[in-house]
Amino acid sequence: MSKLMQTPSQTVGPYFAYGLTPEQYRYDFNSWTTSDMISELGSRISGTSEIQNPNSEIAIWGRVLDGNGEPIPDAMVEFWLDDGEQQCLGRCGTGTDSQHRFWFRTTKPNAAAGNAPFLTVIVFMRGQLIHAFTRIYFEDEAERNAEDPVLQSVPAERRHTLLAKVADGAPDRRYCFDIHMQGENETVFFDL
Amino acid sequence: MTPQNLLTPLDAAVHPPRLFPDYTSTVLRAPTQPLVPIKQALRDFTRPVYGNFQLGEWDSDLTKNAVKNGDPLGERIVVHGVVMDEYGRPIPNTLVEIWQANAAGRYVHKVDQHAAPLDPNFLGAGRCITDAEGRYRFYTIKPGAYPWGNHPNAWRPNHIHFSLFGRNIASRLVTQMYFPGDPLLQYDPIYLGVPPLSRERLISTFDLNLTEPNFALGYRFDIVLRGWNETPFERL
Repeated sequence: MSKLMQTPSQTVGPYFAYGLTPEQYRYDFNSWTTSDMISELGSRISGTSEIQNPNSEIAIWGRVLDGNGEPIPDAMVEFWLDDGEQQCLGRCGTGTDSQHRFWFRTTKPNAAAGNAPFLTVIVFMRGQLIHAFTRIYFEDEAERNAEDPVLQSVPAERRHTLLAKVADGAPDRRYCFDIHMQGENETVFFDL
Repeated sequence: MTPQNLLTPLDAAVHPPRLFPDYTSTVLRAPTQPLVPIKQALRDFTRPVYGNFQLGEWDSDLTKNAVKNGDPLGERIVVHGVVMDEYGRPIPNTLVEIWQANAAGRYVHKVDQHAAPLDPNFLGAGRCITDAEGRYRFYTIKPGAYPWGNHPNAWRPNHIHFSLFGRNIASRLVTQMYFPGDPLLQYDPIYLGVPPLSRERLISTFDLNLTEPNFALGYRFDIVLRGWNETPFERL
């Protein structure tokens, strides 16, 4: 059987919010997922917003920066948590925060033996004809990061772009992760 | 061989490049470094990425899902298609999300300042889940063209935005559906960013059989996502 041609990608454009992230942007349409992945997971498991292990709850804040180092106000970021036990897709636009940050409430993923915990991140925006995949690893997981085959496959001088930093005064609870589209600290993007 | 090694790769020959200077906002936003390949297993290759989300009754009917005091204005259309993989196998039970401008070429989004009227009875967002044969169907209003700031006298052709997942996060696709015979296509750098080989994949076809008499014109738009190769045994 001959293969069919893949449907080509096109940009998400500047006006995605009322379709893809309506509740966050306060449009009159419900969202099928939000950036509060704890609630999304909770409602799937038990119909409540309780999570099984509240000690693993974390928050991740960040910006998406263009080639001039300016925060991008019309990006959409998706977090894909799949650690073998839990699966959840969270979504956040960068257009509702005064500093153009995205924000996710999630659990710190579990990690299989020989791997470090990570989240898959997909970045969409006007000016991208095709989305970009990256990963978030955690700077306070140095030991497991050192064993992780994907992280170790990245050139050593660029690995730091994949590490969420522990926010000051919030060890193990709140992380910062900026995504640099270009420049000296250009984030590593993956070919999945 | 592990199953994830069988996921067909993103076909670079059919997708647009990251940097396409005619579309000016790619210049500061396109990554410049080569992508790093991930050879490691994706954990699961069949799991849908959404949980037990329940669609609303009118989620796939954009002519009804935002009605305040009457029907939305414009040309009513029905958009139908099959979501499939590269081997023509339908992808059932997968989420399809769409959003679009209204008949006048105006988006509900607050950032859109085009001086065309909003329609109080039209939001322009919808979603559905494909059936067992991979089919989806939306009722909506044909979107209008609208100007944008990319270059002097730039206009976007009529289009509907689509967002899909398929069977795996790696088959994620965001794209746009265009309409046949649109004279603006030849000037649109977003459309022209796609190699000539695959541009037609983005143009829906008018379908008289799908057209509902005295009600709505029918357009067909099939979507092909990355899929899974035959198993190694079948390939022998």
